[in-house]
Amino acid sequence: MDSKTINKLNKLACQIRMSIVESIYYAKSGHPGGSLSSADLLAYLYSEELNINPKNPKDPNRDRFVLSKGHAAPALYATLAKLGFFDMEDLKTLRKLGSHLQGHPNMNSTPGIDMTTGSLGQGISAACGMALGLKLDKSKSRVYCLLGDGEIEEGQVWEACMFASHYKLDNLCLFIDNNNLQIDGTVEEVAGLIDIPKKFAAFGFEVFEINGHDFFEIESVIQNAKQIKEKPSAVIMKTNKGKCVSFMQDNISWHGSAPNSDQFYAAQKELIVILSGLED
Amino acid sequence: MSETIKKATRESFGEALVEIAKTNPNVVVLDSDLAAATKTQIFKNAFPDRFFNCGISECNMIGVGAGLSTTGKIPFVASFAMFSAGRAFEQIRNSVAYPNLNVKIAGSHAGISVGEDGATHQCCEDLALMRSIPNMTILNPCDHYEMQAAIKAAAELKGPVYIRLGRLAINSINNNDDYKFEIGKGIELKSGNDITLIATGLPVGATLSAAKLLEKDGINARVINIHTIKPIDKEIIIKAAKETKYIFTIEEHSIIGGLGEAVCSVLCENNPTYVKRIGINDIFGQSGAAEELLKHYKLDDVGIYQTVIETL
Repeated sequence: MDSKTINKLNKLACQIRMSIVESIYYAKSGHPGGSLSSADLLAYLYSEELNINPKNPKDPNRDRFVLSKGHAAPALYATLAKLGFFDMEDLKTLRKLGSHLQGHPNMNSTPGIDMTTGSLGQGISAACGMALGLKLDKSKSRVYCLLGDGEIEEGQVWEACMFASHYKLDNLCLFIDNNNLQIDGTVEEVAGLIDIPKKFAAFGFEVFEINGHDFFEIESVIQNAKQIKEKPSAVIMKTNKGKCVSFMQDNISWHGSAPNSDQFYAAQKELIVILSGLED
Repeated sequence: MSETIKKATRESFGEALVEIAKTNPNVVVLDSDLAAATKTQIFKNAFPDRFFNCGISECNMIGVGAGLSTTGKIPFVASFAMFSAGRAFEQIRNSVAYPNLNVKIAGSHAGISVGEDGATHQCCEDLALMRSIPNMTILNPCDHYEMQAAIKAAAELKGPVYIRLGRLAINSINNNDDYKFEIGKGIELKSGNDITLIATGLPVGATLSAAKLLEKDGINARVINIHTIKPIDKEIIIKAAKETKYIFTIEEHSIIGGLGEAVCSVLCENNPTYVKRIGINDIFGQSGAAEELLKHYKLDDVGIYQTVIETL
């Protein structure tokens, strides 16, 4: 990856973060923590990797992305708006009556959303179905699915993992947003969720571990996963919940609460500093 | 006239899947380790490349069906009613019905006629559960011919459909040449102007027999078969309420939330009428032979006849 691309991605991710904070501020509710932790992956996937066309969002030959952790919708909405799937101004209508931007992603209201999600553990099953359907059609398209680390406490996730490996869905690549925090505490405190990579390996996945905020690592893991044949891939991304906003970062209280106006301006100020530090 | 066939609707379902798949390459079938019981095995044998066993994981199976449908496939996903409509209710609601995806969900071994497996497997709540979900079409065919027609219609309808299947072999009643299946349209099986018996699914045959017993007592009962629980045929129900004195509903389902309450809703709002709901009276079932259970819970012809006489 050249420095120009890196700079572009850093900018995009920062803009996505600004939009996440802004849209949740206007909505007066939402989930900033897990949205901010997944912003870098979304920036990379949508800018560099996915074969998609904002002018033809339902193209059957497109790659798919399923946000199984649907509460990170603000991150996906911001990304899609930046890519031109809909107007940036729409982001201010998040969660408001009549808006196409529902609290959790709705594939029938928002262009570019591949699956309706929000109830944890369900997106991954749909991603498996998409991967199977694409394989039946001998399509080269790939399916990417982002799960929360808390989300994998849902039993359905492991049902889906068994299915994915049984049917050798090598066109499926999971990302686990391992920010280590869920509503009631750390993942260890809440559910003893130890050794996530070993769990996925035991379920037949090719497992990768990366820093989910490093574009070089994201790029290389996606390329490596494409080479894996006959089994699905799982990428455990170490991330920080609330990444890039100092008072939100690694702070569980920002899982599902909106900033007040002082907090909103403080967050924007920090992100503007980051953005202005990037080359033009 | 076609011949009278004694067959379980689950078997008719498996055969019908094969028939529609011959002309529609998008039809695929998922099961969760019950293919031998739900009879998707028949499809598996005919189209092994289009059959996918999900293992004992109904919740995942529903989601996989949802994903498949987004790629243009028409997935029929099958399990026992208890586990598809019951266990995977939330997946059906959120991953299929809310996004209005083209997934067909089969609930086999519905009602008490599962028999010996007992209460854990006797799902008498599936219609209630499915009725409460927006976008859902619910079909409950009463015999071999109706199931064949229903599966064809379900495949042609774009959107979620729940189809109820039975385990017990039953005699066909729709083997007349002018039989016509249309989603949302009830069928008058017998004319009559004293009372109306509105039945769905397995007890439709017994209801016809009960009407014959009533005839001996000088009671002329109209019999209506409601194969589509949702959207329900309001017209045929309101007409019956206007033209006959009392309405009886007969279903192999809880009297809460199924056909009976659907009929009550139609009549309360349009033509207030006395309705007696015949079904499972808000209790759990028990083990026993299917025929014995139907008799015990008064869903056989004599039982239905007796309840009608007692109510009148």
